[in-house]
Amino acid sequence: MATLEIRDLHVSVEAEDGRKEILRGVDLTVRDGETHAIMGPNGSGKSTLAYSIAGHPKYAVTQGTVSLDGVDVLSMTVDERARAGLFLAMQYPVEVPGVSVSNFLRTAKTAIDGTPPKLRTWVGDVRDAMTALSIDATFAERSLNEGFSGGEKKRHEILQLELLDPRFAILDETDSGLDIDALRVVSEGVNRFRAKGDRGVLLITHYTRILRYITPDFVHVFVDGRIAEEGGPELADRLESEGYERFVKVG
Amino acid sequence: MTQTQQVRPSEADVPVVARAIETVASHLHPTPSYDLADYDVPTGREEVWRFTPIKRLRGLLEDTPSDDHLEWKLDAPAAVEVSELTVEAARALGGPAPVDRSSALAVKHSGGAMLIDIPADTELDQPVVVRLAGVSAEQVVHGHVLVRIGRHSRAIVVLEHTGSAQYVAEVTVLVGDSARLELASLQLWDDDAVHLGHVAVRVGRDAEVRTFQASLGGSVVRMVETADYAGPGGRLEMYGLYFVDAGQHIEHRLFIDHNQPRTRSNADYRGALQGKGAHSVWVGDVLIRKQAEGIQTYESNRNLVLTEGCQADSVPNLEIETGEIEGAGHASATGRFDDEQLFYLQSRGITPVEAKRLVVHGFFADLIRRIGVGSIERRLLDAVEAELAKNIGLPAVGVER
Ligand SMILES: Nc1ncnc2c1ncn2[C@@H]1O[C@H](COP(=O)(O)OP(=O)(O)O)[C@@H](O)[C@H]1O
Ligand SMILES: [Mg+2]
Repeated sequence: MATLEIRDLHVSVEAEDGRKEILRGVDLTVRDGETHAIMGPNGSGKSTLAYSIAGHPKYAVTQGTVSLDGVDVLSMTVDERARAGLFLAMQYPVEVPGVSVSNFLRTAKTAIDGTPPKLRTWVGDVRDAMTALSIDATFAERSLNEGFSGGEKKRHEILQLELLDPRFAILDETDSGLDIDALRVVSEGVNRFRAKGDRGVLLITHYTRILRYITPDFVHVFVDGRIAEEGGPELADRLESEGYERFVKVG
Repeated sequence: MTQTQQVRPSEADVPVVARAIETVASHLHPTPSYDLADYDVPTGREEVWRFTPIKRLRGLLEDTPSDDHLEWKLDAPAAVEVSELTVEAARALGGPAPVDRSSALAVKHSGGAMLIDIPADTELDQPVVVRLAGVSAEQVVHGHVLVRIGRHSRAIVVLEHTGSAQYVAEVTVLVGDSARLELASLQLWDDDAVHLGHVAVRVGRDAEVRTFQASLGGSVVRMVETADYAGPGGRLEMYGLYFVDAGQHIEHRLFIDHNQPRTRSNADYRGALQGKGAHSVWVGDVLIRKQAEGIQTYESNRNLVLTEGCQADSVPNLEIETGEIEGAGHASATGRFDDEQLFYLQSRGITPVEAKRLVVHGFFADLIRRIGVGSIERRLLDAVEAELAKNIGLPAVGVER
């Protein structure tokens, strides 16, 4: 059984007016087969948590640990973390002009697997995954994320999730900016990933809407850089009716 | 004027570092002339020579004839007429004159021009390819190539430079009314070559011209590109890419003269620099004359600095003599790798080296694919890949075309 374990994580960034602590002691354990929803108001540090696990250079871990099956993640480089089985679907995917989606996907797949994918099956796999996510075939030849609409970017992140097939996926507000149809298509993609078994999901969201399609096993309320309350799916229903105010006042 | 800062090289429309000098009359109005006496031997203090390493030109700017030639190979469809003109006959065609000492020398000592003549109402089904090869950096060669395309015709012309020489060259391009021309000049020289070139384009009424400069090889390459319009409605797109290694000096100087109404121009030049003493220069002068109402112009230069010890000079100049225009703008940016792009790629398991290779590949491929001529695109992508393999690392998988 694989486990992603976060212990007492403190993270700060260099801001204009000096160092600013954003995460203030996060504890979280995600086992494979589990889906954890992290819900919290804007600015509470959800993306910071996601980026810190992925190893973004802007975020400095000042205290605590992150481990994958007992192996220290924080000492790994960004690409090593990905090859170890971590995947981050970003809230704002980055544009890389001149690099085609198909070139990028094949390069990433080769990097993750350590060997180039078999051309015969790969082309079909990509095509099928794109069809399932209602991504037009012409996307393969477009520049990575360049000129994609918000929804197209998010679908393209889930396309990578399905093709790269990590062990743990962190989805940072994958639902934001999606219309109902796109939300359903994206959720189905995430559910296909979960159905493979032995996969862990950390679903970061601001709204409860996506939880109608993806049922979490655990819900964590994230406020002011740490987890303020934890529970089962019913906690999401309470947030739906009560909002975050109760927590923000307490925090 | 070297700027090095974090800039995402993809944001062409954001003038992150712009050095626009508006209404500077001094060097925006070169007086073209065939007479060498109009141009003193440069000292390096002149505005148009101030970036050029004059010392490395080894007397190339002296008034000394030479008997040496480049080897010629011409691949042209049957409709193309190729002939040799005397210096006088070449002048008599009435095209734009030289604009500096090296171009005046090129014509004077050329021994005559090679005329590539595409008659009117002709659509070429194959590109015209001129392969010019030098045998030694000890040889001084003066050359003049004339490309003339008649009205309503369509053609692709490729000039390819390989081997080594000290090459002082004039290229005159006369584009007839409503004609469409794609012109590529590939500087694929050996490391010790010197190339002082002037490409003078005259765009006919309602004609469409796209030029593409690729400067990858050579010790010193200085390309001066000038363009003007023979009538209203002409469209000009100028593209350029350069990859500057240690010790290389690669300079592109543009002068686009909007001397006719409703004309358009768009320039996009991109360079990558790596290694100690790599020096690139881009000067983009655009003049919008009083009579040039309703024109549109945009120019952009972006440089990606891959290592320490490089210098990228980038100077856009825009002079506007009429307010009645549709648009005029420019952007210039010089920066290192964009951290967010590298992070995104690495977060997919791609190594830092491979991520950088992909970003540079994309930076150029984004430009190359606008050529729209498959054979040139492949040639340039291969050349860029070769530079990347040499300097950053080999691709993990084959690169898509
Ligand atoms: N690079 C940064 N520099 C300065 N402040 C930052 C930086 N990144 C995030 N922050 C601040 O940290 C807080 C948490 O941000 P973020 O993790 O993006 O929150 P969330 O994803 O929950 O909306 C916010 O107040 C934000 O302004
Ligand atoms: Mg966020």
